[in-house]
Amino acid sequence: MKLIDWLLKDAPLATRREITPKLGFALTVLLAVVWLIPFLWMGVATLRPASDGINLMAELMPSLKPTLDNVRDAWEIGDFPRYALNTVIICTGILLVQVVTITLAGFAFARLDFTGKSLIFYLFLMQLMLVPVLLIVPNLSLVAQLGLYDTLTGVMMPFFASAFGTFLMRQAFEAIPTELEDAALIDGASLLQRIRHIYVPLSMPSFSAFAIISVTSHWNDFLWPLMVINSPDKRPLTVGLSVFTATAEGTQAWGTIAAGTLMVIAPLLITFLIFQKRFISSFVTSGIK
Amino acid sequence: MSLAEPAALPVATSAAPHLHVLKRFTNRFKASLPAYLLLLPSLVFLTLFTYGAMGRVLVDALYQRATPRAPVRFAGLDNIAAVLTDSAFTGAVVNNLVYAVGTAVPSIALALLFALALSRTNAVTSALRAALFLPVLIPMVAASALFLFIFLPNVGLLDYYIGSFLPVLPNWLGDSDIALYAIMVITIWKNAGYYMLFFLAGLQAVPEDVMEAAHLDGAGPYQRLRHIILPELKPTFLFVTVIATLNAVTQVDHVFVMTKGGPSNATNLVLFYIYQQAVEHYDIGKASAATLLTLAALMGLTALSFRTMANREGGG
Repeated sequence: MKLIDWLLKDAPLATRREITPKLGFALTVLLAVVWLIPFLWMGVATLRPASDGINLMAELMPSLKPTLDNVRDAWEIGDFPRYALNTVIICTGILLVQVVTITLAGFAFARLDFTGKSLIFYLFLMQLMLVPVLLIVPNLSLVAQLGLYDTLTGVMMPFFASAFGTFLMRQAFEAIPTELEDAALIDGASLLQRIRHIYVPLSMPSFSAFAIISVTSHWNDFLWPLMVINSPDKRPLTVGLSVFTATAEGTQAWGTIAAGTLMVIAPLLITFLIFQKRFISSFVTSGIK
Repeated sequence: MSLAEPAALPVATSAAPHLHVLKRFTNRFKASLPAYLLLLPSLVFLTLFTYGAMGRVLVDALYQRATPRAPVRFAGLDNIAAVLTDSAFTGAVVNNLVYAVGTAVPSIALALLFALALSRTNAVTSALRAALFLPVLIPMVAASALFLFIFLPNVGLLDYYIGSFLPVLPNWLGDSDIALYAIMVITIWKNAGYYMLFFLAGLQAVPEDVMEAAHLDGAGPYQRLRHIILPELKPTFLFVTVIATLNAVTQVDHVFVMTKGGPSNATNLVLFYIYQQAVEHYDIGKASAATLLTLAALMGLTALSFRTMANREGGG
């Protein structure tokens, strides 16, 4: 009961004797355990030797003779280093271009007055709803016409402008006191110099929040790269994993599938566990688009 | 902010009126030019991949090719009619509606439960929040790979542990009556932790002293939830519902990996239907017509939700 007392130490004194909140908490703990089971199975199945056979595949108790055979098989069958490289290129490429486009556009909305501002603002706002994934058919035709079919650039291009990022930067720039800029103006700094040396350095938290959202969402993109990419050596991790899963499923190699899945999600999970607080606050901003 | 100020207008009073207007226009354009240049890179990509793409959908939906290599011919509303009479499309729309309601309601309810239980911050609640948030981070394709095994008949995780409690072992992904619900489980598992974050943020706005005062007045946990917490969370509910609906329309990766829309179209969703028409049947006309209908439905829904939001705020 000491644990319960400790958990309730910040609760208002009067509510500590109520039973319903405790039941809710107990249910949440139970569900959190259920939520983790797929991950647990992934870890256990990765280390399970093939000699255990298919009937023990679902057992959540780890095998007493753990082996890395599944990891080796997945590494050899799937071309994961290649896929990972492609995913890194795609995410980095998108992010680099986005940082430029959202900084410039965010500044225009935050600090400049111009004809048609609200109209252009709505053009950006609408993009939040018209998510690119819905427009896969026309965008595929366009990418093909631009000669970018089956290229990583073709995968990246539809995401180069980001309404969410623009609004995030607009918000960050509006919070910066104009006095700082006025001082630079007197020193004769140009518009781009002021953005580069005053606004950007002071908005790093917003940039890092945006980077987290952008990289996780494009790391996980599937349908669009599946349509644009044709050559096996240009597949990103998600497309590679789906092909790998389809192949390994045929031979019932579930340990190998678990190992392959683990390899694909490990980079994100490790980064999350290190920067947990920052991830969570970034995802909250992603909602306040 | 010299750039922001509209330049003074040194127009001679004797100038002809149309010249006056023209000059004022150019002056305003000149003053706006830096902003336009800054917006240009974003606008180029928005034009190409959002608004241009929408125009293209509209045009493509009106044309048709008999075979992939045949020349296009104007088809008017034929594509739209073909889509609307295609039982695979109407089936996908029905599936998508069931899927949207069946994933949004449970995941939002769970998210609220999680947020209420974990609203205080300490080491235990942080760990639990992280556990519930993990599925949000991983690709849907990876989640599908794991759930393929979970739902595997006879030897899969689900049958291994709860199979003995069931009279007959269902074929979770192979039975057309069950498959859509199995697909929904993944979505709920993956999204509840995401929506939890918004409820956690929303709960911060509930004043602690009001809660305590309510308790002193004899309000139990249910009454406090019903009369204080839920009204305070109204904007969060609305917002999360919009996100959940959008997710139900745009997220079909698990359909591709796990069922390919089968068995007998039981798990086909609208976006997957569009993908099939475009990539498997090379029918750009039909794919565009289906995209057009989806966009129209989504924009109608957006307008509706904005109006409700505005009404709520206006009505206090």
